[in-house]
Amino acid sequence: MSSPSDPRVAPPRGVIHDIGYRPYAGPRLGEGQVAFSLFLTGLRNCFGLGRSGKSKVLPLLLLVLMVLPALILVAVMVQLKMDQQLLPYARYAMVTQLLVSVFVAAQAPALISRDLRFRTITLYLARPLRRSTYVLVRLASLTAAVFILLVAPLLVLLLGGLLADLSVWGQVRGFLEATAAVLVLAAVLACLSALVSAVTTKRGIAVAAVIVVLLVSYTVVSAIQGISVDQGNDTLGQAVGLFCPFTLIDGLQHWVFNAPPSTPAPPEGTGIGVVFLIVTVLVLAGSVTAMLLRYRKAVSV
Amino acid sequence: MNATIVRLGVRAVLGRRRGIMLFILPVILILLAFVVRALAGEGTDTAGHLLPPLGLHVLLPLVALIAASSVLAPEIDDGSIVYLLAKPISRFTITSSKLVVALGCTVVFAVVPILIAGLILATGTPLLAVAYAVGALVAGTAYAALFTWLSALTRHAVVIGLIYVLLWEGLIGGLVSGVRWVSISWWASAIAEAVDDRLRLVSPDLGLPYAVIASVIVVAGFVLLAARRLQGFNLTGDE
Repeated sequence: MSSPSDPRVAPPRGVIHDIGYRPYAGPRLGEGQVAFSLFLTGLRNCFGLGRSGKSKVLPLLLLVLMVLPALILVAVMVQLKMDQQLLPYARYAMVTQLLVSVFVAAQAPALISRDLRFRTITLYLARPLRRSTYVLVRLASLTAAVFILLVAPLLVLLLGGLLADLSVWGQVRGFLEATAAVLVLAAVLACLSALVSAVTTKRGIAVAAVIVVLLVSYTVVSAIQGISVDQGNDTLGQAVGLFCPFTLIDGLQHWVFNAPPSTPAPPEGTGIGVVFLIVTVLVLAGSVTAMLLRYRKAVSV
Repeated sequence: MNATIVRLGVRAVLGRRRGIMLFILPVILILLAFVVRALAGEGTDTAGHLLPPLGLHVLLPLVALIAASSVLAPEIDDGSIVYLLAKPISRFTITSSKLVVALGCTVVFAVVPILIAGLILATGTPLLAVAYAVGALVAGTAYAALFTWLSALTRHAVVIGLIYVLLWEGLIGGLVSGVRWVSISWWASAIAEAVDDRLRLVSPDLGLPYAVIASVIVVAGFVLLAARRLQGFNLTGDE
């Protein structure tokens, strides 16, 4: 036996053995597919699919609670043999706004805050996915989730209305108009709540902040509207509706589609209607821009 | 009560961004009081339009929820609660110290603003503002105790607390009159009525003794429950 220090024996040299590991050689998907699967995952996560059992409880419960009143309304309408919906399509989102607010407040931080807080966002961006695409996809997921929540009860109302032999065109038209309005509402709610939860990255506090924004703005707006209608100050009552997402979209759809309003002071006339439209566009564009700027900082730090 | 825990708790609540939110809410209420007074003039009616819906039913529970969940939840979240629990301080003392901080914040950021807004709206009848403030103080204490327990119980305290406030106290409490027997905000209204008997907030009547006893039981019960929860506390992770 020769010891390792024996000068006559050459020192052992390393050998690389090929033990058969193979690199991935298949097709690599581009940004589009990455974005689409991120969108789908985000949408599923909003309803707790693909997350823990506990996370499924709240969103699915809220979805059920959203649809339940529609079922009851349809049942009552059929029983009483009425010739129109008990609650117009356009007013459903406003009536159920508490549920919608809780859903948005619970899901926006789940989707937005955790990636920033635990810095998993760097893993997403290590893929062929640009920062701006990530932000837009997250917003799209949240918008789609809120839209599903808002449109599901409208579908129930539509089916009920059609089965109850109401006028087909009237029902379809009401449904389509309300669907368009609800889509804009979903986008506004998603963008605002995403912005709030991107700024406050602590989940619990982001939830409270979104609720504060949605609930306090609505309470303040309805208080001022009530008082200004009492005082006969219509201009103020109409203008103040701009300051809450729910009253903003309610006013917008009243102006565009002449839908039945849910506030005591809906916008009347072209001037204020255009202002409602401009403010909606500004809110959307502004919050998306702010999100993009926020992520530029978040990723580089 | 332990002065050090209280001091640390105050810093936890006011030190970071969440402090801003606690400041913004009362500022909105007071600004709105000025706006409404400019629009509708002062009087008990305008105070009645603004203070119960915005003050008692929105501002007060939200402030209590934010304050209570910021004194306990972050420590549980990042696990540093074990260092506090390892100290030779009774869990009851820890809980009551945390509650004192939450209650102090609720008084400063909700009860006092409600008093100020009431004085702005109904300058001629200061008793009205005092009545709302007393009701808010009782309800604020009960909310703070409830939410302190809730944040010791679960990591989703904010969401569950919000659902409780919005759906039970707000929506169902407004529709179903029987809920007044088991609703903190209705007890507060009953106590406010007892202070200023011109107020008519609860119908049918609830009775002052019931409201007071129920509030005391809720406060004491949830403090004990929270302390009990911390006595058998184990750190678990979910999500």
